[in-house]
Amino acid sequence: MKKLAELYEDEIQVILAKYPDEQKRSAVMPLLYLAQRASGRISQEAMQEIAEILDIAITDVASIVGFYSLFHEEPGGRYRIQVCTDLPCALRGADAFLRQLCDLLGVEVGETTADGLFTIEEVKCLAACHRAPVFQVQNGDGLEYHENQTIDTARLVIDELRLRAQKPPGGAA
Amino acid sequence: MSEHYLLRHRSVPHIDRLDVYRSQGGFEAFHKAVTSLKPGEVIEEIKKSGLRGRGGAGFPTGTKWGFLPNTLWPHYVVANADESEPGTFKDHEILESNPFQFLEGLMIAAYAVQAQRAYIYLRGEFWQLAQALDQRIAQLEADGLLGEDIFGTDYSLRLFTHLGAGAYICGEETALLESLEGKLGQPRLRPPFPATAGLYNSPTVINNVETLTNVPLIIGRGADWFRSFGTDKSPGLKIFSLSGCVNRPGNYELPLGCTFRELIYDHGGGIVQDHAIKAIMAAGASSVLIAATPEALETPMDYETTLEKFGAPLGSASIIVLDETVNMAWLAFKTIGFFKHESCGKCTPCREGTFWMNQIATRIMRGKATRADIHLLENVAQQIQGKCLCALGEFSIMAVLSSLKLFAKDFEQLIKVEHDG
Repeated sequence: MKKLAELYEDEIQVILAKYPDEQKRSAVMPLLYLAQRASGRISQEAMQEIAEILDIAITDVASIVGFYSLFHEEPGGRYRIQVCTDLPCALRGADAFLRQLCDLLGVEVGETTADGLFTIEEVKCLAACHRAPVFQVQNGDGLEYHENQTIDTARLVIDELRLRAQKPPGGAA
Repeated sequence: MSEHYLLRHRSVPHIDRLDVYRSQGGFEAFHKAVTSLKPGEVIEEIKKSGLRGRGGAGFPTGTKWGFLPNTLWPHYVVANADESEPGTFKDHEILESNPFQFLEGLMIAAYAVQAQRAYIYLRGEFWQLAQALDQRIAQLEADGLLGEDIFGTDYSLRLFTHLGAGAYICGEETALLESLEGKLGQPRLRPPFPATAGLYNSPTVINNVETLTNVPLIIGRGADWFRSFGTDKSPGLKIFSLSGCVNRPGNYELPLGCTFRELIYDHGGGIVQDHAIKAIMAAGASSVLIAATPEALETPMDYETTLEKFGAPLGSASIIVLDETVNMAWLAFKTIGFFKHESCGKCTPCREGTFWMNQIATRIMRGKATRADIHLLENVAQQIQGKCLCALGEFSIMAVLSSLKLFAKDFEQLIKVEHDG
C-alpha cells in the first residue's frame, strides 16, 4: 500500500502550513481525512504514518479515529448513506423514510449491500432540519447533502451513485 | 419581502460572489476598522451595540473581546461553525449563501483583538461549505484583503478552515479548542477561560458564525442603527430556525422580542393539517418544553423573557414546534438518544446518566416499563442535574424533566398500553 506521503505530498504540506510549526498535532484530523480518501477507511498503517508525521503516539491518532463519528476504521460500503433521525427530522417522517430506504436496498441500518456499494447509517443532526427527510452521502472523497427527500428522489440518487461507481476513480466524465 | 441584513442573500442575489458583495459595500466596514479605528474603538462600538452571542449563551460580544489581556501574545480568533444542535440550521444558511459577510465579521473581530491568525472550525458534515470557504479565502488573499500589510497598514491576517469529524460536543468552546489542537473533543475545566488560555494556551476569542455576521453591520452602520432593532437588553436582529410541525419550516430573520405567535403563525404558516399546537422548544433539543398556551404564544422571544417566564433559555433560537399528535415521552426518548450518543464520556454523571436514561426511555417506548420506571427516569435525570463538566449533561435532562412535569399523561399512556393489553 502506498504511503500517504507519496500519494498526497503537496496536500500534506498545505495542511501542515495551516498551523504554527510547534503545533503540528492540530493536523491530525485533516490528515486522517486524507488517509480515508483512498479507501473510505483508515488503516493501521496510515495511523502509524500520521503519528510519525506529527511526532505523536499512534494511540493518540487511534483515539481520534475512535472518538469522531466520520472516521471509519471498519470497511463499509463505497457510499455511506447517512440518514438523520433526530427529533426535528423525525417529526417530518425521517424514521419512516429510513425504513423505506432500508427496504429499497435490502439491508438493515449498519449493513452494507452485497455489491459493496452502500452502507446505511443512522446519524445525528445534520443542521438541515427544515428540509427533512435529509441524508448525506459520505465517500472517501467528501460529503454531499440530499435534502427534502422522498423514497422516489432517494432512488434517483442511488441510481446516480451506481453509475458514478462504474466510472474509473478520478476519471473524466 | 422585508429587507434582510443577516440573510442578505434573500435581498441581494449572488451576494455569495465577492464582486457582488463588494459592490454592495462589502468590506468597507473592515477597511474602516483597519484604517481609521483603533482596536479598542472597534471593541467599544461592539459593546455599545449590545450584541450578544448568537450561539446560545447570549454573552455580550464586546465584553468577551475586551477580556483578552494585552500582556499575552499571540491572540487568536476562532469562529464556531460546528452548528449541531437538533433544530438549528441558521449558520448553515449564512455559510452557504452569505459567506463574505461572515468572513468580514471574523476579520473585524481578529483586528479588534489584534489576532494575526483566525480559524474557522466547521463541523465535518459541512465539508462542501469548507471547500467553498477555502476558495473564498484565496480570493480575499488575491484581492489584498487578507495577508501581509492589509490596506498598507502593518496589520496582517490569515484565515484557515478546520473540519471537525462528527461530534456535537465540539460546539462547546473548550471542546472545540481541544479538537482544533488535534485532541479528543472533550471540554476543559475552567478556569482558566479561553480569553486568557485558549487555543495553544493563548488568549482566544470564540464566536458563533451568526454573531460574527452581525459585526460588519455594527461597524458599518453604527451601534445605534443596530439598537433600533430588538429590545433594550436583547438588541438586534436574530435568525430564528423554525422546525417541527409547522407548514413553513425555515430560517426567519426577525427582531429579538418578537413573539412565538408571530414566528409560528405569521411567518411559519401555522401548524400542519391545522392540528392544535401542544408545546414549543425554544433552544433546539436542549430546551425546556414550554406548554403552548395562548399566553405562552404571546411571549416575546429574547434572552430574558422566556428564561424568566418558563425557565427556558432562548439559546440559539431554534424553535421546534410540537403539535397534539406528538407524545412527549417519545420526544424525551428522541432527545435522550441524541445526548447519549453525543456525550463525550469525560465526566461520569453525563456519560452514565445519559446511558441509563436511554435504557429506561427505550423500555418506555417498547411498552415494557412500569410506573416505577417513570420515577426512576426522573431520579436519574435529577442526579445528572448540576453535576456535569459542561452544559451537555445539563441539556440532556431539559426535555426529560419538563415533559415529565407538563405531560406526565403521555408517559402513563405508554404504560397503560402494556398493562391493559
